[in-house]
Amino acid sequence: MTLAVEIETVSGVRLRQFRRRRAVLVGLAVALLVAFALALNLGDYPVPPGDVLRSLLSPLTGAVNKGVDFIVLQVRLPRAILAILSGAAFGLAGIIFQTLLRNPLASPDIIGIAHGASAAAVFCIIILGWSGLSVSLGALAGAVLTAIAIYLLAWRNGVTAYRVVLIGIGAAAMLGAVISYLFTRARLNEVQQALAWLVGSLNAARPGDAIVLAVALLILLPLLFGLVRALEALELGDDTATALGARVELTRLGLMLVAVSFAAFATAAVGPVGFVAFVSGPIARRLLDGAGRGFAQAALVGSLVMLVSDLVAQHALPSVQLPVGVVTGAFGALFLLWLLIASGRSGRVN
Amino acid sequence: MSQEAAPHHRRRAAALGLGLLALSLALLAIIVLSMTTGARAIPLDTVWRALIAADPTATEHRIIWDLRLPRTLVGVMVGLALGLAGAVLQGATRNPLADPAILGIHSGAALFVVLGVAVLGLTQLSQYVWLAFAGAGAAMLVVYSVASLGREGATPIKLALAGAAITAVLQSIISAILLTSPRTLDEVRFWQVGSLAGRSMDIALQVCPFIAAGIVLALSVARLLDGLSMGEDVARALGQRVGLSRALAGLAAVILAGAATAAAGPIAFVGLTVPHVARAITGPSYRWILPYSMLMAPILLLGADIIGRVIAPPGEVQVGIVTAFLGAPFFIALVRRRKLAAL
Repeated sequence: MTLAVEIETVSGVRLRQFRRRRAVLVGLAVALLVAFALALNLGDYPVPPGDVLRSLLSPLTGAVNKGVDFIVLQVRLPRAILAILSGAAFGLAGIIFQTLLRNPLASPDIIGIAHGASAAAVFCIIILGWSGLSVSLGALAGAVLTAIAIYLLAWRNGVTAYRVVLIGIGAAAMLGAVISYLFTRARLNEVQQALAWLVGSLNAARPGDAIVLAVALLILLPLLFGLVRALEALELGDDTATALGARVELTRLGLMLVAVSFAAFATAAVGPVGFVAFVSGPIARRLLDGAGRGFAQAALVGSLVMLVSDLVAQHALPSVQLPVGVVTGAFGALFLLWLLIASGRSGRVN
Repeated sequence: MSQEAAPHHRRRAAALGLGLLALSLALLAIIVLSMTTGARAIPLDTVWRALIAADPTATEHRIIWDLRLPRTLVGVMVGLALGLAGAVLQGATRNPLADPAILGIHSGAALFVVLGVAVLGLTQLSQYVWLAFAGAGAAMLVVYSVASLGREGATPIKLALAGAAITAVLQSIISAILLTSPRTLDEVRFWQVGSLAGRSMDIALQVCPFIAAGIVLALSVARLLDGLSMGEDVARALGQRVGLSRALAGLAAVILAGAATAAAGPIAFVGLTVPHVARAITGPSYRWILPYSMLMAPILLLGADIIGRVIAPPGEVQVGIVTAFLGAPFFIALVRRRKLAAL
């Protein structure tokens, strides 16, 4: 085989991979757009697509219809946007941890960070008797403190992925025990309130929540872009990366901070909605089938899982509004199982 | 093997054998402690007399036979089972995070118990046992079948992902039931902590045959796990049937973890971490890791149970909570002190 042919083969593969990445990205974006339209359209009072569009444009055009505008702009739009933003944040947090720690099980809901947020929130609800925004702030503090503790405990002349994962699950076990203990010592109505928070819900979505989360994402995303370049060297393994002159520790610390912030802000806004962080990465990678890292795709998958789950949660049962966390687990997991079954290819995820 | 290496090898085996002996003695000591310690301290000679010549009218003899003995037996069996199940699962999936909870065994058991309480109105621990066992088995079966689909069979990663996915589905259903049925939540919140309190001799006898069978099966796959740990291709080249090895290991784990969960509720920490501690002492061979895990886990579990009995009088702290609080700092310290072997 001549050199020219080899170069042609390599560039052919590159082109195919690029096309695949683009196709997955466009497909997910279209699916998300459809779900978004449905989210604004469906409800006890269905709003036809034309009216939705008019409502969305009403601040510009001045064509006001108070009733419809309230439903679309004050109720459904914040909820849908919060779903999309929190889903993207969970998805990114998950795939960063899975990539960084090179283990598909290493998402923030398994290595202790979600447990930190949850234990703090349950403590606030049951012991301090707080509710609403103060619980969210407590959860945010819990997630960040847990992440810092895990990192410091894992530090010993540097941090290895393996040590972070093991110390994370140790911390998760302890924090889980705290939650169980509080559950057995509290009154039943407090336990119910805490459980509702732990499942995670968009039922109380306010425009303020979406704005806070959007600002957080606007700050975090550029940081992520900057760090992803350095990550490429990291993926070759610590030793190789060091040899290549990558600043391993600093990059890892930065990425972990970004991932923790994604998870913490999303959790504070909607509760520790289960499994979105876990599934988004594996689903994105299976869709890509080896054609790239899949960060953007994972963010879109997270948004899609969150938004569709919330639609199902709102409309599946005629009388009850389920919390979104009940559905994300089922929906995300079924999606992942279908992909596991459908792709007869190699079992590699990372 | 070279001439010089052989004696070294023998010395190491002798040291590890002595370690097993020491662990057995420690387990015996903790069993004695478990029989004598509690809300009412009972001296050792009274325990001994109660065991060899029970007097049904003496209160202390009744305590020994109705409370302490079943509780200690269940504790030892659950500990054995969890330690072995964790070690076998980690070996079979070659994932350091694999444990009964992640492979769906806990959520399967929990879902069946929750359904039993919510739909059938069950309230007795002894009624939960079979439900939990059936749930654990069903969940593991589904996880394994899903992971086996596709060309290359149940690879470690597919097993882990399928397990986590099934766990999430089951957890969703559990949350939905608990959110809508306060009565069930009130009942189940005490079961799902994991506890040895109130376990009768019936429960010990119900799970005993399963745990015995599980131990035999688990110990017999040790050699196969050593083969798997060298990588699938190597194992296959050595003539090992990889799929069969994994299926046998999975069966052992589900019998053990299912029986343990049935007897004591979901106890998360023991199966996950004890094998790592064992591996740090013994090195990579499962012929040593399995017996070490099997003896260390009941020491941890019974020790935690004893502490839970005396730490907050007049009440008790459930063993699942103490295990985590006792075991996690120790585990974290161990992870920090030395480089635990990767799988």
